[in-house]
Amino acid sequence: MDNIVERVKKIVAEQLGVNEADIKNESSFVDDLGADSLDTVELVMALEEEFECEIPDEEAEKITSVQQAIDYILANKK
Amino acid sequence: MARRRVVITGLGIVSPVGNTVEEAWQNILAGRSGIGAITKFDASTFPTRIAGEVKNFDIGAYLSPKEARRMDTFIHFGMAAGIQAVRDAGLDQEQADAERIGVCIGSGIGGLPLIEATKDEFNGAGVRKVSPFFVPGSIINMISGNLSIQYGFKGPNIALVTACTTGTHSIGEAARIIEYGDADVMVAGGAESTVSPLGVGGFCAARALSTRNDDPATASRPWDKDRDGFVLGEGAGVLVLEEYEHAKARGAKIYAELSGYGMSGDAYHMTAPNADGPRRCIQAALKNAGVNPDQVQYLNAHGTSTPLGDKNESDAIKLAFGEAAHKLVVNSTKSMTGHLLGGAGGIESLFTVLALHHQVSPPTINIFNQDPECDLDYCANTAREMKIEVALNNNFGFGGTNGSLVFKRV
Repeated sequence: MDNIVERVKKIVAEQLGVNEADIKNESSFVDDLGADSLDTVELVMALEEEFECEIPDEEAEKITSVQQAIDYILANKK
Repeated sequence: MARRRVVITGLGIVSPVGNTVEEAWQNILAGRSGIGAITKFDASTFPTRIAGEVKNFDIGAYLSPKEARRMDTFIHFGMAAGIQAVRDAGLDQEQADAERIGVCIGSGIGGLPLIEATKDEFNGAGVRKVSPFFVPGSIINMISGNLSIQYGFKGPNIALVTACTTGTHSIGEAARIIEYGDADVMVAGGAESTVSPLGVGGFCAARALSTRNDDPATASRPWDKDRDGFVLGEGAGVLVLEEYEHAKARGAKIYAELSGYGMSGDAYHMTAPNADGPRRCIQAALKNAGVNPDQVQYLNAHGTSTPLGDKNESDAIKLAFGEAAHKLVVNSTKSMTGHLLGGAGGIESLFTVLALHHQVSPPTINIFNQDPECDLDYCANTAREMKIEVALNNNFGFGGTNGSLVFKRV
């Protein structure tokens, strides 16, 4: 669990160019971390790669915060 | 109304001979070749395994990792050269009117390495692996776009694509935008980065490249009788063009005046050169500058080191300049940098401006046995201090597209 939180935050930091220390579980990608629509598409691709899963577009649209990403990975990890 | 004058107030470069203006110019004057074995990919099965690669370049000095990851290398080179030029002109410190500053930096081919890599990803895992940044990371106008975003330049924002004449046309058209009154400052030039399997492969297939793989430093040898093709280079050259009164009013350093620009089309062949097109191009530029052939002292030639092209350009220079051709110093800096395609006009305009500014012609290296059919003064092998009042830069491209710029001492 902790490991997944760390890994998600690390990817968010890399993709969005923000400090890991500034990323909270409740952080919204767009409102808090400065992401635009292309950033969020690329972020989902990076999460898919890291966790070896495929996130369907209709699910990806619902992942707008760090916590939502963590929840999705936990619920769907192999 | 009198024509608005255009001067050069900033320079920036990324090239096989150096990634700052100072380093590149010192290497050019010393006649140091930037050509070596290809390191960017495994070229062992290619007939040509040499190129003028950019070395020791760190985009991190110019852009954040997040920004840099989303741009192909030709954009990196163009951004780095553009940022250098803007800083050199002091525009990053000025409270200038941003709506009067534009950008016009083109590329001949654009993001070919990223296109190749994305196709590989697609072939491996399908459309889901295509990045949302694939298109904005590879299309040609994204140097102009990204540089305008970086500095808030809200004036004209365009990019031209005319093969190996791209950089020259970009500078010429940017100057016209200032002359016409649509902007007071234009950041202009060209960039290229196609040392990739398809880039090298395509020119190999066209039999355009030197195959002197065992001696890279002497492979680019314009006007030598044993020249056997051009050497692919990469990088970017960017100039800040500025309306003269605007530059004077803010106390800008002025390198030279851009006083003439000419263009022409060969209407002849897709790739083979023709002397009449370049002749008309040179004459149009001289006419636009209001100078006679005998007033020009230095010419930075297209001079790519191809058997046909070098003789053709020499013939065109003689047609355009008449008797005065034999008093000109004609020089090819491609003998050291290789051919940067869309970036060529950028770095070669920059070298032409520096030749005027420092009153010295760079050498054309590797002229061991000058081709008797090319009988001009090519400043063979050693730089020459000389009086230069007016200088001309030529570039020609596939499709039969020609561009010439005339620079004057201020």
